[in-house]
Amino acid sequence: MIELENLSKIFGQTKALDNVSLTMPEGSFTSLLGPSGCGKSTMLRIIAGLDQPSSGQVRINGRDVTELTAAERNIAMVFQSYALYPHLSVRGNITLPLTMRNMNRIERMPFLDHILPSARRKIAEHAEQTQRVAEMLEIDQLLDRKPSELSGGQKQRVAVGRALVRDPIVFLFDEPLSNLDAKLRTQMRSEIVDLHQRTRRTFIYVTHDQAEAMSMSDNIAVIMGGRILQVASPRDLFERPVNVDVAAFLGDRPINLIELSTAEGRLPPPFDGFACDVAELPGRVIIGLRPETLEPDEQGPLTGTVGEMEYLGSEAMVSLHLDGGHQLRAALNASGVLPKPGETLRLGVEHGIAHVFDAATGRRLGGLSGAAKAGADIKGEGA
Amino acid sequence: MVGRRRIREALTDLLLAGPATLAMLVLIFAPALIVGVLSFTDYLFGAPDFNWVGFENYRKLFTDETGRRAVVNTLIYVAVVMPFSIMLSLAAAVGIQSVGRWNVWLANFLRTAYFLPVAATLVAMATVWQMLLHPNLGLVNQVLALVNLPGQEWLSDRSLVLFTLAVIGIWETVGYNLILFLAGLATIPQSLYDAAEIDGANRGWEKFWTVTWPMLGPTTLFVLVVTATRSFRVFETVATLTNGGPGFASDVLVFAMYREGFVYFKAGYSGAITMVFFFFILTLTLTQLRIVERKVHYQ
Repeated sequence: MIELENLSKIFGQTKALDNVSLTMPEGSFTSLLGPSGCGKSTMLRIIAGLDQPSSGQVRINGRDVTELTAAERNIAMVFQSYALYPHLSVRGNITLPLTMRNMNRIERMPFLDHILPSARRKIAEHAEQTQRVAEMLEIDQLLDRKPSELSGGQKQRVAVGRALVRDPIVFLFDEPLSNLDAKLRTQMRSEIVDLHQRTRRTFIYVTHDQAEAMSMSDNIAVIMGGRILQVASPRDLFERPVNVDVAAFLGDRPINLIELSTAEGRLPPPFDGFACDVAELPGRVIIGLRPETLEPDEQGPLTGTVGEMEYLGSEAMVSLHLDGGHQLRAALNASGVLPKPGETLRLGVEHGIAHVFDAATGRRLGGLSGAAKAGADIKGEGA
Repeated sequence: MVGRRRIREALTDLLLAGPATLAMLVLIFAPALIVGVLSFTDYLFGAPDFNWVGFENYRKLFTDETGRRAVVNTLIYVAVVMPFSIMLSLAAAVGIQSVGRWNVWLANFLRTAYFLPVAATLVAMATVWQMLLHPNLGLVNQVLALVNLPGQEWLSDRSLVLFTLAVIGIWETVGYNLILFLAGLATIPQSLYDAAEIDGANRGWEKFWTVTWPMLGPTTLFVLVVTATRSFRVFETVATLTNGGPGFASDVLVFAMYREGFVYFKAGYSGAITMVFFFFILTLTLTQLRIVERKVHYQ
């Protein structure tokens, strides 16, 4: 279990981390998600022991490790740039952490490492461990190559091998997939998840890619401006974002955010057809509608004129001009009859995932429902 | 059409590379060839004719006491300057780089201080050294006297003079090498140091051997070649401080070349020294490139 308590990190004038606390249970897969420069990498580096916090504490399994070096914490880290030693072979790269950890200075000396019995025994053990890890990652064919002779995906596997070989307590990943192409990224994603299943270690994964975080982790901490905005499971995060910023950051397509003035505590037209589970609305609200939750509905609450349309194969992105000058985008299933530009279209909200935020604070107030279908479930504000 | 275009492109290439090539042929290759030819003659500057003497000049250089002295002295000088200059400049570069992490101003000051000898005129600096090393008035001996150590005749003691010159040579080359090493250090990605730290190579010495030294490979090769050629070429300090003396104890190849050619006008003998000098530099450079290059380039 990793616990961060009131961590702050100040670089000169800027607060990279502002009083952050977070608990990552044993064996969990936690993503630190946020835009670049939000402090997520700083957080990871502090957990790793590469940076010291300005204040606060890091605990691993209950032990305060804030003062310990990276090596003493027994963590492993996979870097965005892979950070393989270019002068060592794949074998050398994977073995290095073992050599540094298990052999003393005299045993590591050139020539002496071939003579001393203890050094020879350890080298043999290390070779065996390296071989085992390489086979597990299917890079045993590459052991004699230099990193410059490997592809990006292979380099990433070697980096994982180097992390895996000495059985660390925690695995830290610093945007490990961002240098790979889209196809390889998806493959490596599932390999990392698979690795987590097999090792059952605590994984902490830093990324700016919400799809990556959503698809891989048990828990996501959304970080912006050096603060943790929300910690939740991917599903809770998507269905109940705490505020507008989190909602805007998540999802494959940008969420429709429409700012409105309420009239007597109710939504104004053309949104007055929605059922709202908030008892009392403030003067100004923002409603959040995800494009993929909108679908044509004869009795739907939204009516508008179809503007331009992008056909994308399985779906079509339609922009809809509503009364009152509002505009929103909807992702429609492209297998049915598609509306033509200029036509009138009625839309409903498919699931219960539409949000009302307070325009002044950005906080989520509750949900909206607008489907004529039975069973469109709306839960009260719980998160 | 294609043919004409290719001819035009070829003409452009020639126009671009031509002048420099021509200048190099006329000013470097032709004179070098002439020097090479002269080294097999007994030609004296201004003499109406000359005789072919075969390898006589070379035989003289390697068997004659004075000639052999110049060759051996040069080799000793290079053997002292090269390792010390490289080790000192590397140590200083690593030090200055880490100083730069907590005080940029101090790091810049140190870098400039180290680089000054490179920018200054060596002949002028030699005068300063002469004053510092003066047996009675020089600061060096006075400081030694303060701690009750005997003063030395730095520039007129036969067994000491070459090493004194070597120390000046080190002082002169460290600054330049330091700048090269600093540039090399700046290209090492921080993530490698982070990885080393996590892998357990977390103390300075281990980080140095795991990351810094291997990653500096290409820089070190370049520094080796540059320092070797520079120290082989030692001339100014010898000419201004010792004139090769006392008793040829600090005579080196280039100074001998100058003395034989421009003082005694023995163009033939001087040419032979030049050829030997050239051969030393060439073999040194080629060997270094051959041996080291295979191990230091990772791409």
